[in-house]
Amino acid sequence: MKPFISHTGVAAPLLQRNIDTDAIIPSREMKRVSKQGLGEGLFAGWRYTMPGSRELKPSFVLNKPEYEGASILLAGDNFGCGSSREHAVWALVEYGIRAVIASGFGAIFHTNCIRNGLLPVCLPEEDIRTLAQALSEDPQNRQVTIDLEQCLVRSGDLEWSFTLDEAARYMLLNGLDPIALTLQHRDLIDKYEQARRREHAWAYAPIENAVEGVLP
Amino acid sequence: MAMKGTSTLFDKLWSDHTVCDLENGEALLYLDRVFLHERTGAVALQSLHAAGYGVRDARHVFCTMDHIVDTFPGRGDKTLMPSGSDFILATRRETRAANVRLYDVDDADQGIVHVISPEQGLVLPGLTLVCPDSHTCTQGAIGALAWGIGSSEAEHAMATGTLRVRKPKNMRVMVNGTLRPGVTAKDLILHLIAKYGANGGAGCVVEFAGSAIQQLEVEARFTLCNMAVEFSAFTAVIAPDEKVEAYFEGKDFAPKGEHWRDAVDYWRTLRSDENAVFDIDLVVEAEQVEPAVTWGTSPEQAIGISACIPAAGDYAEAHRQEAATRALQYQGLESGNAITDIAVNAAFIGSCTNSRLSDLRAAAAVVKGRQIAPGVRGVVVPGSRRVKRAAEQEGLHRIFTDAGFEWRDSGCSMCFYAGGETFGEFQRVISTTNRNFEGRQGPNTRTHLASPETVAATAIAGSITSAEMLAKSESLSA
Ligand code: SF4
Repeated sequence: MKPFISHTGVAAPLLQRNIDTDAIIPSREMKRVSKQGLGEGLFAGWRYTMPGSRELKPSFVLNKPEYEGASILLAGDNFGCGSSREHAVWALVEYGIRAVIASGFGAIFHTNCIRNGLLPVCLPEEDIRTLAQALSEDPQNRQVTIDLEQCLVRSGDLEWSFTLDEAARYMLLNGLDPIALTLQHRDLIDKYEQARRREHAWAYAPIENAVEGVLP
Repeated sequence: MAMKGTSTLFDKLWSDHTVCDLENGEALLYLDRVFLHERTGAVALQSLHAAGYGVRDARHVFCTMDHIVDTFPGRGDKTLMPSGSDFILATRRETRAANVRLYDVDDADQGIVHVISPEQGLVLPGLTLVCPDSHTCTQGAIGALAWGIGSSEAEHAMATGTLRVRKPKNMRVMVNGTLRPGVTAKDLILHLIAKYGANGGAGCVVEFAGSAIQQLEVEARFTLCNMAVEFSAFTAVIAPDEKVEAYFEGKDFAPKGEHWRDAVDYWRTLRSDENAVFDIDLVVEAEQVEPAVTWGTSPEQAIGISACIPAAGDYAEAHRQEAATRALQYQGLESGNAITDIAVNAAFIGSCTNSRLSDLRAAAAVVKGRQIAPGVRGVVVPGSRRVKRAAEQEGLHRIFTDAGFEWRDSGCSMCFYAGGETFGEFQRVISTTNRNFEGRQGPNTRTHLASPETVAATAIAGSITSAEMLAKSESLSA
């Protein structure tokens, strides 16, 4: 996974609250048994003139020339709520988004971001509006920098600090694979499992006995 | 360890599953069960193997075909969703290769993941269960710690038998008193979300407690906890009681004999201590809840059946005004009109929220001897093949089909739009599902969430109404 240390780019505002993962990528755009090929479906319901069409709707923020090449999204509270589909994050990443600044995130979406190197930044709603306002004159030249080492968002003379929990920050800064990290604790997991099986045999006996019978 | 006597139910489930605390503030939680479905399961298994990992213990992993599979009678691997059968075939291939038990398209026990996991006894009180589906919180209803995850987390869960999780906060929602007749768990959860907002439970595990919760049957508790994610909660839990014990006794994968007695002994410890400390405490008076319907495109945009559609100006905060304006436009509604003035084109009974036998019975009781209003399309989709068989044994399917409803095979069906079946653009649907987001049931389809009783009554009346109102209006015109 690509580490996230610092990033500077054009930021585009989508400030309404509760933008759900169905809106980020409609289910009908998840056509293949794959994590790839989803960027095209990003915000498909808003970005194109008609469902299924690929004709860009000029009024949608990411289609406006002044926000061309946007790599940061500014959003309202509870961004990424709803369905757990990781496709929402895969679509954002494939489109070229590196960070989302919102005043809150759906919990599953937040974890999905960390697992895919997309930085979720939490700032108060007012500050996000101030930032969006400040950029709106000339977004191409008024770019935003997000520095994860210092936990700072900067644009012109505006600057805010943000917090991200240590575990997530560490994963992102180092681009780590959490499975490999967890498997370092394999001995502890095995030990825990043996103890749990002794104490709560009722929890495993039915599935383990039955499943053996079912499988060829 | 918390001091004796101050732990919440969630604290107990958490500490019982903690393998170790990690140095960074997260804990490594042990997972008793992982459930997959064909929407995302094949991708997770594929990419797990591509990364060179295997499944730690395939006996703890299960998979069903529910999201994409068609629900027409006599269905096979072909789907209305273009490329849908690719998902079905890939899921069959990957689960077979990984030795994962699959509830396949034609399995006698196939159904929606959140309906079949307790129905089979695959989830039990005191267990952890994860599934790459946000409505996994449903299983908190029986005292399991169950939550929805993404695909990467599902890979982690299968490869390691654990997840790294930062402990959420404790919230308690006390529901005092008794729900009025005709008011259901669905109305209660919509009421709660409308009152405290769609992110009211953010960062929390919500324990539902109080007399009104104890009075709920187990299936109604599933409905309640199902929508904890619409409240933005990490998940929900309810302390298991005798109703839960009775529910599981004899289920296929429930413990038997001595194991059953051990299990029940343990389950009886699964409740919040008297002096348990909650970070947030909310109180709802059950008597104040009336049949609820959503008018907008967020579950928080719900009102009582006797209310009028609000105007943007009714809200104090700018963001709610903007959201209301947008929702009114998408839904094609005028503020100020009574919700009962809204005519519908379709009625949908199904989904992991409301597709269990008790839901179908409640809807059938309203429908019995009546006809769907002319021009309204009605669809009933049982949550599992077992629910379907049980309903047919009672003759519920006849009641529905005689009234003009379609009676389907089990699955998620039109709860969401995967590119296949939809009620169509600008069609207005009264639905027992859990999400009324823009486009959720199809491009420009307009969704109104409600209980099975309200959906059934609305299908008969042709415009939004409760079962009680329907009965009253009929006795007046008789
Ligand atoms: S019934 Fe609907 S909400 Fe439930 S799992 Fe299926 S698609 Fe998701």
